[in-house]
Amino acid sequence: MSKDVKIRKGVNIKLKGVAEKLYADPASTSDVVIKPTDFPGLTPKLSVKVGDKVKAGSPLFFNKEIDRVMFTSPISGEVAEITRGEKRRILEVKVKADGANTFETFKQGDPANMSKEDVLATMLKSGVWPFIRQRPFDIIANPMVTPKAIHVTAFDSAPLAPDFGFVAHGQAKILQVGLDALAKLTSGTVHLNITGNSNADDAFSGAKNVQINKISGPHPAGNVGIQMHHIDPINKGEVVWTLNALEVLTIGKLFKEGKFDASRTITLAGSKITTPKYVKTILGASISGLLKGNLEEGARIISGNPLTGTQVQENGHLGFYNYQVTAIPAGGEPRFLGWLPFFGFNGFSLSRTSFSFLSPNKERDLDANINGEERAFVMAGQYEKYFPMDIFPVHLVKSMIYKDIDLMENLGIYEVAPEDFALCEYACTSKIETQKIVREALDLVRKETS
Amino acid sequence: MKALEEFMQKMKPKSDGKFPIAHSVWDGTYTFLFVPGHTNKNGVHIRDSVDLKRTMIIVVLALIPCLLFGMFNVGHQHFLAIGDCLAADCACDLFWDKFLFGAMKVLPLVIISYGVGLGIEFVFAAINRHPIQEGFLVSGMLIPLIVPVDIPWAMLAVAVAFAVILGKEVFGGTGMNVLNVALVTRAFLFFAYPTKMSGDKVWIDTSLEKGQVLIDGYSGATPMGNAANGVMDKMPSLMELVVGLIPGSIGETSIIAIGLGAILLLVTGIASWRIMLSTFIGGFLMCLIFNAVAGDNLFMAMPPLSQLAMGGFAFGLVFMATDPVTGTQTNSGKWVYGLLIGILAILIRVANPAYPEGMMLAILIGNVCAPLIDHVVIGSNIKKRLTRVKTA
Repeated sequence: MSKDVKIRKGVNIKLKGVAEKLYADPASTSDVVIKPTDFPGLTPKLSVKVGDKVKAGSPLFFNKEIDRVMFTSPISGEVAEITRGEKRRILEVKVKADGANTFETFKQGDPANMSKEDVLATMLKSGVWPFIRQRPFDIIANPMVTPKAIHVTAFDSAPLAPDFGFVAHGQAKILQVGLDALAKLTSGTVHLNITGNSNADDAFSGAKNVQINKISGPHPAGNVGIQMHHIDPINKGEVVWTLNALEVLTIGKLFKEGKFDASRTITLAGSKITTPKYVKTILGASISGLLKGNLEEGARIISGNPLTGTQVQENGHLGFYNYQVTAIPAGGEPRFLGWLPFFGFNGFSLSRTSFSFLSPNKERDLDANINGEERAFVMAGQYEKYFPMDIFPVHLVKSMIYKDIDLMENLGIYEVAPEDFALCEYACTSKIETQKIVREALDLVRKETS
Repeated sequence: MKALEEFMQKMKPKSDGKFPIAHSVWDGTYTFLFVPGHTNKNGVHIRDSVDLKRTMIIVVLALIPCLLFGMFNVGHQHFLAIGDCLAADCACDLFWDKFLFGAMKVLPLVIISYGVGLGIEFVFAAINRHPIQEGFLVSGMLIPLIVPVDIPWAMLAVAVAFAVILGKEVFGGTGMNVLNVALVTRAFLFFAYPTKMSGDKVWIDTSLEKGQVLIDGYSGATPMGNAANGVMDKMPSLMELVVGLIPGSIGETSIIAIGLGAILLLVTGIASWRIMLSTFIGGFLMCLIFNAVAGDNLFMAMPPLSQLAMGGFAFGLVFMATDPVTGTQTNSGKWVYGLLIGILAILIRVANPAYPEGMMLAILIGNVCAPLIDHVVIGSNIKKRLTRVKTA
């Protein structure tokens, strides 16, 4: 029952600084940070205070609305700092490593032989739960709901993204344990969506107990929302859970070893990284540790990819869902007559208003400039070109701007996440902040309909 | 460039100062000279280099062949009318005389159009404390190209002001207008000053200097004016219509010049090929229908290609029907929209006795119908999503 999907709309933006398939020396980290701001719509409630000793897997805070959803420490150590923002909103919880590497122990075993309640409880308590996100709304999944399906994407098509196959190679068994755990949680199918552009790693193509779908085509083919839309679209009232294959590995390790192993392999990529490589590190690791001696001057550092990631400072930390740290030129210089078409120095464009369209395979070195100013929504067809869903992106975004919830529902807001609009935002002539609009609209609909 | 940049930054007036217009003017100038070095804060970290300024400039570039040809043709028609050259002569005789004469007639119209339009934009930008939007760059170039050369300057200025204020600014400015601004200008002129916009006196500049007289048997009628009156013996051949050395609005006569613009718009992807193609198909179909029922009506019986090469059809098809703001925004909607415009343009042109050209009204009607067409297209998408729920 596997499906082959070919994505036709979209584009791969080729950037300089693709990570070589080599591991750099593991970066040591003296502290880690968990940022509640990584989770849209979350109201965190602390369960520790500064000075508390924690082990890897000990709760730091939990979801105030659903208190079973725990956010745990990736390492053992001491809670060093709790940063708050406006209205005492918690921004960061910092844990200083004690070097002892002690772990909380959780129920170990083969999830295939465990009850659903046991699987659920272990995942919630250990802190792996937040990896599972739900559509609609692209928020942490609600454990009280049984989803109609779970979609796992086994590749990331974003610019400079890590090759999941390279990272997961040889971990087929652990992946299978994770997939078995997920299978307990849904009444429907677990979909494993692998890439059709190249040979998927054996770890993915050999997975059992799941429906394996092949997705080929350019970015955003790796976005789980796009895959879902073509395999089994979500309708009003239905809930689907999503995550990526590397997160399934973490879940697999939890059941196999009985501990929350938050280590992860990420890529350091982008033109401002001296030697772009893969590196083994941990969730919430400090950026300065990761980039030590490997960062060039004048960079914008992004936790995540250049389309959907979050800007971090050199003293910042790796985000919860990020498997990539990207450094691109910071930009900020005005460009003389930069709007002139057909001048080589006037920048890369996907549109044919610059001669860069003649060399689509050349790797580009793009900076963080907006390259223009925000304007009224004038469409020249880019949104349709880079949005591979049977949804009218421009009209959906417009309905979001004027907050017409009925229309948003009708136009398919339940199927989308901000990341699905990232390419549209990249190409937008009017420089609209599309992802922000989508995020705010999702939050609004969630508030109004719950 | 660094020095210029520093100089501009030093000149920068406060946006909340005494004269907000000073800031608007500064901002307009600065962003013309430099794309500001603002960086992305939320969302994507990299952005395409295309922006609205570049998009608009490409349309202006696409209009340049029409403008240059229009200047030459104005001179050419004038010299024909006063008998300094004959239709049988090579059109290139007296090339520079013709071109300069035309330029002297056309440039004031361009200046008035931009001066009045941009002036109003600056004032509104200052009032609303918006940055200057680029929409008028294109409208300001379109307007002089779709009026007769003899249009009185004051009328043009009034019409531009009317169109920019009531056609655009009241809706919220660039990107919000319902009707194409250049066509609103033309429609205003057409209905307010019909004698200056139609007939056979306005298309050719017949200002005479001392000692000059019009040639015997001179008629300033456009081919379409003639055709509408059933005068078919003076009808230019298809080739002549394509080359465009005929009387008409300044920029609309030459299919070759329009074609050059169309190529640029299509290659860059700025204009929708769907609208261009479907408008052409719509017009062609309507011509065939008229051909079939023509009887002894010579205008109806005109071969489709000649019919479409005449008047403002081609110009409207390439530069005005494709306006992304006032046209339909869904891909299937674009087909319907184009067909509608093509059919209406020929229908109004041929079947309406009051005035010969139909493209202006066809596009305006198309603009008004565009949201309706999109509504139907989107409705079918919504319905599809709802049936998915029921069957699931």
